[in-house]
Amino acid sequence: MSRATRGSLNSHGNVNSVLTIDSAIVDAIVAHARRDHPDEACGVIAGPIGSDLPTRLIPMDNAARSMTFYEFDSMEQLRVWREMDDNDEEPVVIYHSHTATEAYPSRTDISFAGEPGAHYVLVSTRESDSEEIRSFRIVDGVVTEEEINIVDATVDA
Amino acid sequence: MAIEVRVPTILRSYTGGAKTVEGAGETLSALIDDLDTKHNGLKGRLITTEGGLHRFVNIYVNDEDVRFLGALDAKLSDGDSITILPAVAGGALGFAAAAALLGR
Repeated sequence: MSRATRGSLNSHGNVNSVLTIDSAIVDAIVAHARRDHPDEACGVIAGPIGSDLPTRLIPMDNAARSMTFYEFDSMEQLRVWREMDDNDEEPVVIYHSHTATEAYPSRTDISFAGEPGAHYVLVSTRESDSEEIRSFRIVDGVVTEEEINIVDATVDA
Repeated sequence: MAIEVRVPTILRSYTGGAKTVEGAGETLSALIDDLDTKHNGLKGRLITTEGGLHRFVNIYVNDEDVRFLGALDAKLSDGDSITILPAVAGGALGFAAAAALLGR
């Protein structure tokens, strides 16, 4: 299995944005996306407020159960968002899969992006033997790709 | 009549950064009108030009999605707690999926 992650393509010299994420969490996102393929998979990774570090993976139901659309179940979302509040966490990463197209935000993704502080991670499962994983900021309709720094906690700690 | 409203990050530009605001109204519709007088522009982010609830947000009364409570006609009582969350949704474009389906 091979992984393709893309570096920042931002040529405007903005603050170097990067998503630092544990390899075990990346593996779990990919496993979730593979499990639900050909439907789109989606979820959240919570982290301590202000840390910008995703630590707790929460796979969510795709209420739309569709190959081209995903939608959190509104009641599950309320429960998970409350839980994050209680734990002093925030949604650091919101991820979903594209199952037949590249890992780049669609117009639908951009219109719905409602967490300006989150990293939007997209996984493409269109190839059966490799995944493309990319991360973006989506703020006010503007998409900025960022680098993904995958760390191995067993080495990093 | 005081109703507490929890505002998500993306709408806090309308509330001067406040996470929680207070409003009044006997229905969700009346509450949103009241909020808009104090936080100008908020209504436009919650209600479409056709007058329905925006698909980009979820609004809850206590623990229930207002879509199950009559949406904008949902009745409110003193002490109710309203939570607004951005709806999390998206997905690949339709035509790309259609192309993939044809390819199988």
